[in-house]
Amino acid sequence: MFNTIHHVALKGLSVCVPSKVERTMDYNWISEEERAMFIRNTGVEEKRTAGKGMATSDLCERSANALIEKLGWERNSIDVLIFVSQSPDYFLPATSAILQNKLQLKKDLVAFDVNLGCSGYIYGLQIISNLLAAGNFKRGLLLAGDKSTLSTNYRDKSTYPLFGDAGTATALEFNESAPPMYFNLFTDGSGYKSIIVEDGGSRNHVSQDSFVEVKIDEGIYRCRINLVLDGMEIFNFALREVAPSIENILKESGVAKETIDYFVFHQANRLINESVRKKCRVEPEKVPYSIDKFGNTSSASVPLTMLYKLKQNLESRSLKLLLSGFGVGYSWGNCIVQTDNLVCTDILEI
Amino acid sequence: MMTLEEFTVNLEKEFEGVEPGSFTPDTHYRDIKNWSSIYALIVVAFVDLNFNVILNATDLRSTNTIRELYDLAVQKHV
Repeated sequence: MFNTIHHVALKGLSVCVPSKVERTMDYNWISEEERAMFIRNTGVEEKRTAGKGMATSDLCERSANALIEKLGWERNSIDVLIFVSQSPDYFLPATSAILQNKLQLKKDLVAFDVNLGCSGYIYGLQIISNLLAAGNFKRGLLLAGDKSTLSTNYRDKSTYPLFGDAGTATALEFNESAPPMYFNLFTDGSGYKSIIVEDGGSRNHVSQDSFVEVKIDEGIYRCRINLVLDGMEIFNFALREVAPSIENILKESGVAKETIDYFVFHQANRLINESVRKKCRVEPEKVPYSIDKFGNTSSASVPLTMLYKLKQNLESRSLKLLLSGFGVGYSWGNCIVQTDNLVCTDILEI
Repeated sequence: MMTLEEFTVNLEKEFEGVEPGSFTPDTHYRDIKNWSSIYALIVVAFVDLNFNVILNATDLRSTNTIRELYDLAVQKHV
């Protein structure tokens, strides 16, 4: 579904990651050759892990506080808060409500959670921008992040080394002179089993069986509350859908590919992203990566990559960006947005 | 379109650690040392880039040699 949103400007960006670093080469339960091959093909050299006691919302809260302060926004001027994550604090209540209180935002606030992963940042941007575009709400915070290591089994070489934890905050504002933002969003639930945590929801209640660890293959152990990832199916999905959807948004928006300064992709893995880049015929220097230092950070990966690789450019000039998120669901989407002297924090750590 | 010989040489280049010149069209590509699911993704990416054909797990399982892989890619190429 293609759509254009007017009168909304991106104002600021902030990211927070856990201070704990894990390096792929330190996973000595995987052979050295496999570790080296994993790094070559996924790109993940190291990542950050939150560990017990640290929630996704802690990372988003730190990001939001730093960004609000740097923007100089009055907290009571924020009208909308959206929290995008698949690792909320609790099954209920919504984490956005907890964040409203922790961030000392006003009670006269629209706040809700969006349960999406790899595509979540693009969906979140579209939803919050749509709310702001009418002019009834003036300022919004999009908090996107995940503690993906929560659901991955440490002894599963197909998932654990890939994912890292991060939380982000993006500030948006109603602005009549803002250039249009373009979106296209897609869903194909036929692939829901390709990335899934099977137990713990209302379909399969959590039980004692949920915690029984089973050997799936050499180097792959998991139980039913752990993430299952079918690499081949996801790769097929990405090759089939992502590049055409990028061509689609360029065509529908009338934006020439050559005028895009950077294509910021969800950091799925380097093999997937390079395949998408080549299919779209985009030069390597226009596609930044953060996966080498932070892994696949789910809904945080697009803003994290922006801040990690483009901070100076984002702060000092206008950039036309094509943002692309794709994965679990399947759910995918793209956004073309023009930023202008964005307020950025450093990448924060807790 | 890429010939079988070019396909063989270029596919070999995708597999780091493989002795140059060791691949022939009749090589069983899944028998290479340390074959893993990542290698399977490399094969899929290689075929997609060169033939605009997306192979799935069943497609890969239906082939053993590089020649069979090439023939499948050619057959599916539109």
